[in-house]
Amino acid sequence: MKNKQVLSKFLISMATTAVILAGCGNSKAGNESEENESEENAASSSKESVELLNVSYDPTRELYEEFNKEFAAHWKKETGQNVTIQQSHGGSGKQGRAVIDGLEADVVTLALAGDIDEVAKAGLTAEDWQTRLDDNSTPYTSTIVFLVRKGNPKHIKDWGDLAKKGVSVITPNPKTSGGARWNYLAAWAYGDKKFSGDEKKIKTFVGDIYKNVEVLDSGARGATTTFVERGIGDVLIAWENEAFLSLNELGKDQFEIVVPSISILAEPPVAVVDKVAKKKGTEKVAEAYLEYLYSKKGQEIAAENYYRPRDKEVLAKYADQFPKINLVTIDDDFGGWKTAQEKHFNDGGTFDEIYQPK
Amino acid sequence: MKSRFKKHSILPGFGLSLGFTMLYLSLLVLLPLSMIFVNTASMSWSDFWSTVTEPRVVASYKLSFGAAFVAASINMVFGVLIAWVLVRYSFPGKRLIDGLVDLPFALPTAVAGIALTTLYAKTGWVGQFLSFKVAFTPLGVTVALTFIGLPFVVRMVQPVLQNFDKETEEASAILGANRRQTFIRVIIPEILPAALTGFSLAFARALGEYGSVVFIAGNMPMKTEITPLLIMTKLEQYDYAGATAIAAVMLIISFIMLLFINGMQWWMNRKFAHY
Amino acid sequence: MAGHVPLSYGSRKTVKKAAEEPLFIRVFLTVVAFIFLFLFLVLPLAAIFIKAFEQGIHVYLAAITEPDALAAIKLTLLVVLLTVPVNALFGIAAAWAITKFDFKGKSLLTTIIDLPFAVSPVIAGLVFVLLFSTHGLFGDLLFANDIKIIFAIPGIVIATLFVTLPFVARELIPLMQSQGSSEEEASLTLGAGGWKTFWLVTLPNIKWGLLYGIILCNARTVGEFGAVSVVSGHIRGLTNTMPLHIEILYNEYQFSAAFAVASLMSILAIVTLIFKNMIEWKANQHG
Repeated sequence: MKNKQVLSKFLISMATTAVILAGCGNSKAGNESEENESEENAASSSKESVELLNVSYDPTRELYEEFNKEFAAHWKKETGQNVTIQQSHGGSGKQGRAVIDGLEADVVTLALAGDIDEVAKAGLTAEDWQTRLDDNSTPYTSTIVFLVRKGNPKHIKDWGDLAKKGVSVITPNPKTSGGARWNYLAAWAYGDKKFSGDEKKIKTFVGDIYKNVEVLDSGARGATTTFVERGIGDVLIAWENEAFLSLNELGKDQFEIVVPSISILAEPPVAVVDKVAKKKGTEKVAEAYLEYLYSKKGQEIAAENYYRPRDKEVLAKYADQFPKINLVTIDDDFGGWKTAQEKHFNDGGTFDEIYQPK
Repeated sequence: MKSRFKKHSILPGFGLSLGFTMLYLSLLVLLPLSMIFVNTASMSWSDFWSTVTEPRVVASYKLSFGAAFVAASINMVFGVLIAWVLVRYSFPGKRLIDGLVDLPFALPTAVAGIALTTLYAKTGWVGQFLSFKVAFTPLGVTVALTFIGLPFVVRMVQPVLQNFDKETEEASAILGANRRQTFIRVIIPEILPAALTGFSLAFARALGEYGSVVFIAGNMPMKTEITPLLIMTKLEQYDYAGATAIAAVMLIISFIMLLFINGMQWWMNRKFAHY
Repeated sequence: MAGHVPLSYGSRKTVKKAAEEPLFIRVFLTVVAFIFLFLFLVLPLAAIFIKAFEQGIHVYLAAITEPDALAAIKLTLLVVLLTVPVNALFGIAAAWAITKFDFKGKSLLTTIIDLPFAVSPVIAGLVFVLLFSTHGLFGDLLFANDIKIIFAIPGIVIATLFVTLPFVARELIPLMQSQGSSEEEASLTLGAGGWKTFWLVTLPNIKWGLLYGIILCNARTVGEFGAVSVVSGHIRGLTNTMPLHIEILYNEYQFSAAFAVASLMSILAIVTLIFKNMIEWKANQHG
């Protein structure tokens, strides 16, 4: 009896192995047929349904969940085609790497131009991608603000307060989190104004802030969780949209937003990944997807998710939501991403110097 | 030819089983792992050396090794204790406890990390009663590594204790040794090899652990950054060469650890062949 | 790896007092062991379940029946179904070769089998990226033929195969070593064929060890996080396994939902452990 049972179990496992082998064959066949279909689609563009993969960074989940539904309806109305959009979220750098390594994203919507530059460098999209859409290919922007505990017990008003002794700061690691690089640069911009460009003093100032950092999470969401859920730190340096989201999702009675005197215009850009879209035959819908971000509806959704819309009218409508801040930009004040990346975040850059003084 | 490679046996299936084993291992283990060295080989020696000896990387080795060592040591002491209690004493719920010991093995590491952080953060259930910080310090890393390494020593020592000849202990007692002497002179030497094997298994596992640690570590450069996290960090900066260089160092260390463990087990088997 | 430990409940009355600790030491040691286990095992487990039900049973049920969660559960089960049998087969073949024959380089082979256990999961993921990514060794070949391995289900399966490779082999090798091959030799001498001998003699002898290894392998397959995280691509509803889904929920501030799925996995782990204990007990009975 017992032997038979074990025997049958073993046979089952053998059978499963056979199924796998068969399955491998099938999946290959499946891919091939898909390829054929997509060729057809490219030729006639009359396929019934199409799939898009949007590879994005951490804090855009809610935005794109809403936007995808809206776009699917819009596309159905326009072309009669069903479009399903898959989302993938993670740290911006990690996501950029995944796309380079072969994650077949039709569009990338990352935290900073530098990450899409890497995708372009790998030959997946055109080097001039950032000029293909309006406003630096950035349909919505944000900025960096502070989230503090209710009543602001440490009286944090501006960047200078973050460098004071006894203030515990939470921000993600700029090395791993694209979003966190904006945080770093915003602090740098304040130091730049305050010490009128004296680099040594700016370094000391930014260094003092980062010495107050208690937990350096690897991603923006991790940092928010540390601050909000674990109750660690007096202030979280966060994107405006993340700060609003935590306020609304996790408790208005527990936190307050503090707007610093100076901050940076954070531009999370978007791009079609040409090589993949071409292969899948989804160029048209991918382009339409990104362009729809610039439409009134797309801009409204961005504003509702606390991103600052580019559209003046929509921005005016949501003016109460977004306080006026003196904003520096990456291109005017830091000479573009490439320069900023090399100077501050590459190995041996100013960020590394904080932890390993030269 | 064949006879020189293997001794004669009347059992069939040598070619089939060894062939399949070798093929499978080559495709799934050797080929993939060799990629690390292939990729590292594209670096010059000085680049490689400066990458793997960069202060931040060295700090992470210290943390990874230090925390893994402390965690494995804690596990060795408490593992022997738990094995002892489980084998020698009887109390209600013993089977339950015995089964529970394997939990860290079956529980996904990310879940373990989140649960431990919930407990040991400053506002956590346990953390709020402690005057010192656990989560987001090297201590937190050690706690996570202790958790995941817990089953190993227990599971290595348990069978040895079970098979242990009680008569030896009794003889020792009859010959006038007190309980403490018997324990130190008779019992400890018997279980030491098993405990050490368990220790090195726990150590090897802790060294590479990632999932549970990232949640509780705090990930501060130079302070609470473990080596596997640095590999991830390098990857996210599009620095493949740097990531593979550090991976190569870890891989070599893992291999040495394993040779040590296998040597130890071989020695145990020889010593305790009569069981 | 966790050893094969049958508990014995033999009467201890015959044991002489001299070879036992005084009562207070026994109690003390037991209590210390309990405290340690409580702090490191019971509390984390309790935390998962309490957090999971913090917002009530409705949130809990919603969390585990939501489409993305179901997709993650399905994918995890699929991965189990694909990896465990293959590694079981490998374990049997490897143990057969290693224990029934003498050949050179045997100890090196054993060490290589153990290697995936000691390699950091992060590295395990990385090596498959190096192999199958568009810049990897097979990158061009795969792209040209439109075969997706990494960031798709095959990549997850392969990474899991790697991580869980040693478990069955590791259980079987010592077992088959201790059993020797005299029974098989007898069977062959009596005229049975090779396969017949394997089915009727070897397999019944190793069945409990085999099952035990399969269970360990299964537990690890379900829970693997680091390696899978590197190769998955994190596409919701497509390439998220349960541990990855938990991470996502956690990052979306859905803490209760995250712990709900985590509790589901804990239940799975506990069931596995109960199953394991039953097998140990059976194995004990059958000697």
